[in-house]
Amino acid sequence: MWQTEGKSIILITHKLKEIMQVCDRCTVIRRGRGVGTVDVADTSENKLAEMMVGREVSFAVEKETAVPKETVLSIKDLQVEDTRKVDVVNGLNLDVRAGEIVGVAGVDGNGQTELVEAMTGLRLVKAGSVTVSEQDITHYKPRKVTEAGVGHIPEDRHKHGMVMAFTVAENMLLQTYYQFPYTKKGILNYPNIYEKAKALIQEYDVRTPNEKTPARSLSGGNQQKMIIAREVNRSPDMLIAAQPTRGLDVGAIEFIHGKLVEERDKGHAVLLVSLELDEILNLSDRIAVIYEGTIVDIVKADETDEKELGLLMAGGKREAGEGQR
Amino acid sequence: MKNLLTSRWFGLFIPLIAIGFGFFAGALIMLISGNNPVTGYVALVEGVFGDLYYFGETLQQMIPLIFSGIAVAFAFRTGLLNIGVEGQLIVGWFAAVIVGISIEAPLMIHLPLAILGGAIAGALWGFVPGLLKARLQVHEVIVTIMMNYIAMHVANALIRAYFQESGQRTAFIHDSASLASEFLAEITNFSRLHWGFFLAVLACVLMWFLLWKTKLGFELRSVGHNRQASAYAGMNVNTNIIMSMSISGGFAGVGGAMLGLGTFEYAEILSSFTDYGFDGIAVALLGASNAIGIFFSSFLFGGLQQGANNMQGQANVAPELADIIIALIIFFVASSYLIRWIYSRLQSKKEGK
Amino acid sequence: MADILQILYTIVPAALIASTPLLLTALGGLFSERSGVVNIGLEGLMVMGAFSGIVGTLFFESIGFGFASPWMGMLAAIILGAVFSLFHAVASITLKADQIVSGVALNFLALGLSVFIVREVFDRGQTDAISARLFRIDVPFLSEIPVIGPMFFSRIYATTFLAFIVVAIVWYVIFKTPFGLRLRSVGEHPMAADTMGIKVTRMRYIGVMLSGALGGLGGAIFAITTAGNFSAGTIVGQGFMALAALIFGKWHPVGAMGAAVFFGFAQALSISAQQIPGLAEIPQVYMLILPYVLTILALAGFVGKAEPPKALNQTD
Repeated sequence: MWQTEGKSIILITHKLKEIMQVCDRCTVIRRGRGVGTVDVADTSENKLAEMMVGREVSFAVEKETAVPKETVLSIKDLQVEDTRKVDVVNGLNLDVRAGEIVGVAGVDGNGQTELVEAMTGLRLVKAGSVTVSEQDITHYKPRKVTEAGVGHIPEDRHKHGMVMAFTVAENMLLQTYYQFPYTKKGILNYPNIYEKAKALIQEYDVRTPNEKTPARSLSGGNQQKMIIAREVNRSPDMLIAAQPTRGLDVGAIEFIHGKLVEERDKGHAVLLVSLELDEILNLSDRIAVIYEGTIVDIVKADETDEKELGLLMAGGKREAGEGQR
Repeated sequence: MKNLLTSRWFGLFIPLIAIGFGFFAGALIMLISGNNPVTGYVALVEGVFGDLYYFGETLQQMIPLIFSGIAVAFAFRTGLLNIGVEGQLIVGWFAAVIVGISIEAPLMIHLPLAILGGAIAGALWGFVPGLLKARLQVHEVIVTIMMNYIAMHVANALIRAYFQESGQRTAFIHDSASLASEFLAEITNFSRLHWGFFLAVLACVLMWFLLWKTKLGFELRSVGHNRQASAYAGMNVNTNIIMSMSISGGFAGVGGAMLGLGTFEYAEILSSFTDYGFDGIAVALLGASNAIGIFFSSFLFGGLQQGANNMQGQANVAPELADIIIALIIFFVASSYLIRWIYSRLQSKKEGK
Repeated sequence: MADILQILYTIVPAALIASTPLLLTALGGLFSERSGVVNIGLEGLMVMGAFSGIVGTLFFESIGFGFASPWMGMLAAIILGAVFSLFHAVASITLKADQIVSGVALNFLALGLSVFIVREVFDRGQTDAISARLFRIDVPFLSEIPVIGPMFFSRIYATTFLAFIVVAIVWYVIFKTPFGLRLRSVGEHPMAADTMGIKVTRMRYIGVMLSGALGGLGGAIFAITTAGNFSAGTIVGQGFMALAALIFGKWHPVGAMGAAVFFGFAQALSISAQQIPGLAEIPQVYMLILPYVLTILALAGFVGKAEPPKALNQTD
C-alpha cells in the first residue's frame, strides 16, 4: 500500500516466503558481506537459500513412518497465566506417545512459550495437570521435572539455555553437575566433567577449540548443538524442543532435525514447538494446532498442508472448509 | 595477528595500565600543587619498604582489606553488589570483641569462638539484604548502604550502653581471644602485624576453593551470570542470592574480627566509617574479583595508605594523595572501555602503516 | 499545650534547616536517576560542594564581598559541582563504566581531592572558619502569623526557602516541560527515545550535571549554614541520606521533599529529644537509625513500592 504512495521500503527478514511474496528486489548478505542482489521475479526460494548458505540445500527431512507406542506425555485441562496475570494457556489438552514427534503449530503469542515454561517448572500452573511417564509433574520444580525424564531445548538459548561466560564443559553439565561422578560430597570433580564434555563434543560435532573455551565464543549453531548434546544425551523419555533451529544456518538445522528424528526412533516422545510451518510439516508425525491457549485441532502431518494449517492457526475450523475466511 | 584484546592476558593488562594511569595522574597532581613527584613517590615507597615497621604495618593494613575485598568479590560473582561490607565489618568487629571480652575460655576455644562471632554477625548483616533481594526484588545496593549506617549507630549505642570502658572504647579483649603475635611484632620492629595475616591468606584460598571447586560455587557463579538459565538448570536462584550475601557478609565480619582481635584488641565508638568496606570495593575491582588479584591489590592499597603517612613527613605531600590515586585507579579499571579503545586505536594505526 | 508549641517552635525550624541540603541534593539525584544514571556519587558531590562553598566564601570575603560572600560561595559550589560531576558522566555514560562503581570512585575522589587541596593550602586538615555567615531571618509579615509564623517563618535561613522553591521548579520542569518528558523517556526506555530522535547521551549528561549542580549547592549550604568550615568530617553520609530521600520519595520531587523533611525531623529530634517529655526515654539510637530503617521498609514495599526508572544502571 505504501508502495503505491511512492515510498521506499526495506524489509529485513530470514523468511524466504515473505521475500518471494512482497519484494521486488532482494539483497542476500552472509557474514556481514553482500553476496548479491537479484530481482525476485527471476529467482526461487531454493536459489535464495543457496546464496544464503553458499551450497545447495535440501529442505526435506528423511524419516521412516512413526511407530508410536504408549502415551508418555499427557496434559489435561492446563491453565497458565502470563506475567500480566492473563490466562494464556486455557484448558489445553495434549497427549504425546513414545516414538512420535508431535509438532505444536501456531501463530506466535498463542501460549506456546507459557505452555513450555509451565511444563518444565519455570512457570506456575494455575489449574490442570501434566503427566510424564505416569508421574504427575504438574507442580514440580525445574530440577524435579528434569529428573522425571524431561529434556528441554529452550526457545531462547541465550536467555535460558546456557551461561555465556561458562565454559563449554560447564554448560554441557548444566543439568547434571550436581550428580555423581561430577560432584562428590559437594566438591566438583573437574576431570570427570571434562572427560564427559569431550565425549559429547565429539559425538555431537560441536565445533570448539576445546571443552574449556567460553561458550560465548561459539557460533550460534554450535551453541545450540551444545545444548542439544546436554539435553538429548540424558536420554529423556520426553524431549521438548522449542524453536530448536531459530536463527541457525542450514547446516546446523539439518543436524538438529536429524537428532530429533533419531530420538523419536529410539522410542522417546518428542514435542516440537515451532513457528516455522516448514519445520513442523517436515518433522512432525502429528501436528497439534494451538490457538488462544488451546489445542484447536490435531492433524496427521502427511494428511495436511500449509494452507490448512494456516487456516487452523488463524482460528478457523477444519470442518468449516476454506470458503469461510 | 594475535589481538591482545581477546587474549586472556588482557585481564591482567587492564589493572596494570589502570595502576600506571593512577600513579601518573598522582604525579601530575603533585606537579600542579608544587611538589616534586619524584621525592613524593620515593617517600611513598620508603614508607612501605624503608623500615621493617612500615612493612609490618602495610601487611597489617592488608588484613581487613583482603577480607573486605573478598566479601565484595564473592557477592559480585553472584551478580550482587555488596556495598554493605562496611556495616558487616563493623558488626563483625563489635561481635568478636564482645565475645573476646565476656567469655573466659582457653585459647583453642575462645579465639575461634570470637572469630565465629564476627562471622555470624557479618553474615546476619548480609542475610537481610540478601533476603530482601531474593524475596522482594529490593535492590541490594541501597539496602546495604542503609544497613551500614544502622550497623554503625547500633554498635555505637550498644558500646555506649553496656560496654564503654575508658574514653570512647570497650575494655581490652582477653589474651585468650587475641590474635596479637609477639613474634610477628618483633620481626617487624614492633608493628601491629598479627596472626590474622595468615587467616587472610587462608581466606583467599577458601574463596577460590568455594567458587571454583564446589557445587555451591558452580551455582553461585551460574546465578551471577544468568539467572534465567540457572533457574532452567534447576538451581534455586533465591537461595543462592541469600547464600551469597550471607557468605559475603561472613567474610566481612571476619575482617572486622581481625581488627577487634588483632589490630586494636578492643572496639570503639565510631564517629565515622572505617572505610575498610568501601576500600574493599576498590580492592575487589582492581583484583578482578579473583583471589590472587585481591591479595595483590590489597597490598597495593594497603601500601598506598601506609606509605602516604611517610609521604607527608618526608616530602610534605598531603596523605590524601593516596585516596586520589585509589579513586583514579578504580575509575580507570571501571572504564576499561577507554583502555580497550585506546589500545584498538593504537593497533589500527600500526596496521595502517 | 504552650509547652508543646514551644518545643515545635524549636524543632520545626531545626528540622527544616536540617532537611535543606538533603532536599536539594535529592532533587539533583532525581535529574540524574530520572535520566537513567544511578548516582551513588551524591555524597562526593556534596563534599565537593561543601569544599567549594567554604573556599569560595573565604575567597570572596578576602576580596571584600562581605555578606554577599556566602552567596558567591554557593554559586561557586553549583559550578564546581556540575563540573566535577562530569567525572561520573564521562565514566558511566561515555566510557560505559558500571554506574555504581563510578559513583563510588567519585566519592573517593571528591574527599581525597578536596582534603588534599585543603592541606596544601591551609597546611592542616581543615579550612579557616568563614566569618560571613548566613543569618537566620524572620520573614517579614509571615512570621507575625500566630502558630504558623514562629514555626515556619521565624529564625530560618533564606536557603531553606530557596530549596522549597526549587522543588516547585523541578516538579514543573520534570512533568510539564518537553525537556522533562525527554529526560524521563531516556530513563525509562532509552532505545525508544533514541528512535524518536532524542539525544540519549546528551540528556544523560545534562541529568548528571544538574545533579552535580544541585548536590554541590546542597553541600555548600550545609557547610555554610551548619558547619562553618570544611574538613574531611563535614559531609559524612548526608549524600547517602539524600539518596535515601530520593528513593523513599519514589523519584518524585514532592515525595523527595516529604522524605527530606521527614529525615530532617528525625535528625532534629535525635538532637533535642532529651528535652522533650515522653521522648527523653527513647534511646537516641532509634532516632538515628529511623531514616535508614524507613528507607529499607519503603523499598521492601511496606510503605508502598518504590519503582525506580527502568533503564537505571544499564550500561548500554
